[in-house]
Amino acid sequence: MELFLNVLIGGLLIGAIYSLVSMGLSLQYGVAKVFNIAHGEFLMIGAFITFALQQIGVNPLLTIVVIAPVMFIVGFILYRTIFTGIRVKSPNPGVFESNGMLAAFGLYFIVQNIAVLIWGSTPKSYLFLNTGINIGGALFIENRIVAAVFAVAIGIIFYLFLASTRTGKAIRAAAQDPATAGLMGVNINFVLALCFGFGAAMAGTAGVLISICYPILTTMGLGYTVIATVVITLGGLGSIPGSFIGGFILGIIGTGVAYWQPGLAVASYYVIFIILLLVRPKGLMGNQ
Amino acid sequence: MNFSKINWKQLGITAGIPLIILVILGFMPNYGWDYGVTLFSNFLFYIIISVSWTMFSGATGYISLATAAFYGIGIYAAALYGNTLPLYVVVLIGGVASFILAFIVGAITLRLKGIYFAMFTFGLVLLLKEVIFYWEIVIEGTRGRIVALESNETVYYYLLAIFVITMLVAYIIRKSKYGLALQSIGENEEAAAHTGVNVTMTKILTFAISAVFMGAVGVIMATKNTYVDPSTAFNPMMSFSPALMAIFGGMGNIYGPVLGAVIFTYIQEILQTGSLKNYYMLIFGAMLVATILYLPNGLMGLIQNLWRRIKGAKSAPTRG
Repeated sequence: MELFLNVLIGGLLIGAIYSLVSMGLSLQYGVAKVFNIAHGEFLMIGAFITFALQQIGVNPLLTIVVIAPVMFIVGFILYRTIFTGIRVKSPNPGVFESNGMLAAFGLYFIVQNIAVLIWGSTPKSYLFLNTGINIGGALFIENRIVAAVFAVAIGIIFYLFLASTRTGKAIRAAAQDPATAGLMGVNINFVLALCFGFGAAMAGTAGVLISICYPILTTMGLGYTVIATVVITLGGLGSIPGSFIGGFILGIIGTGVAYWQPGLAVASYYVIFIILLLVRPKGLMGNQ
Repeated sequence: MNFSKINWKQLGITAGIPLIILVILGFMPNYGWDYGVTLFSNFLFYIIISVSWTMFSGATGYISLATAAFYGIGIYAAALYGNTLPLYVVVLIGGVASFILAFIVGAITLRLKGIYFAMFTFGLVLLLKEVIFYWEIVIEGTRGRIVALESNETVYYYLLAIFVITMLVAYIIRKSKYGLALQSIGENEEAAAHTGVNVTMTKILTFAISAVFMGAVGVIMATKNTYVDPSTAFNPMMSFSPALMAIFGGMGNIYGPVLGAVIFTYIQEILQTGSLKNYYMLIFGAMLVATILYLPNGLMGLIQNLWRRIKGAKSAPTRG
């Protein structure tokens, strides 16, 4: 029973962060059609900036106020400078997806190299809210719970934004059919860049939340990109609620496997991915 | 066969020039230029993987990021059998094992959309790395393996042989009916299926054939180092290098990937030994982005465009 609670609550806590990372990738791939391998790098940069600010005495949770807008602007500019160009030059959407992905890999190498040059490759960590909380006999550290609450809150706020504002509507229209949305008067290049920017902002925020819970590494980004890829396939491409729920599911599975065999957690994600592609490639809530 | 139909001049150019190059390459180790043998081994190695990558991905437009997986399989074949079996048998084992793995992966994923294929193949590299790490550390209690060393000349001649076979196979596929089917899949898959091409089988088979060379070359390259472990065998860079080289060189022409591979290998040699060592990934990434953004048809595409413009300027009627 205690083990069960440990896995369930532990899985939900890490799952909340997975959800946030995956919603970001879902916007970038599901809507903006860029399979952004560098997604995890935005997360890593967010985590390391938080670490740097924490060292000079800034409360890590406050750094979200800075990191989210900065990441948004960076993502927006990147889309407008690189990916819009590729999109316009590509003869069909398939070519854009392939070339966009390769360009994202280039971005990944660039960011990775710069980060290693600045921060090296040793793990870094700091202490923040590290008192234990007892839930039904299972012990959890306070900072994980704070991080999960923040992740869920940001997810819900973003969902409300999508569901109830005019820009949100434009994003949902672009997700369904960019060409038609463009004909209906949606400024498609702007909306797609907006999505890419939001995705980067979410990754950056997730990075902040990860840095308050776990030791951080300059090479950790790719692992989160892999997780987010599995989650968006699980939830259905382009489905924001799907990614949100998928994150929790993967969190629980990953925590369970890690309890049993720590070396196989990543392999288990990949097995889930294979099964999904074989049985239900459109995911839980996808409609493509 | 009607011999009078053969255009001897054409044949002389298409067969003669490659033969001369081959003879020069064949006597390479006899020139007493030791660095040259290592450098040209690297050239041949990257040419083989980028040409075999283009064989499938260039024609069909499905981006395969599984090169590192097949290459790693070859490396592990060398580690497991290199001490007991003769080298050419191990090369065959590496090739056949890669063929089988590629066939299975292809059968699972090639019915899916292109982007899923790319994700899946990239995941395959990470999965193999994780599982073999787990196997070595938890079950065997070791990490990494020792490989029997081969001399630089042996490595060079094996690579040259694989290079010749790879180029021949790539040429035959390109010129045959089968290659035409592949091209039509790349242009419009549904239309290809309607004209009677067995789309799935053609894709799977080409993918598997291209993997043979990647596995075989992995065996040879493994014998250059004494020690292998999963993170060196399944290095994701091995998946991106052929893609970048082929796109940079241009995939519309069989010499495109060769040109791209030679240029990039040389850049890599300079960067990895010089003072810019720490910036290698940065430069690699920037070149990848710039190539995709500004050279979507590669260097060969650029050259052909310029050539057409020069010829066009000569023969075009003057306007007005």
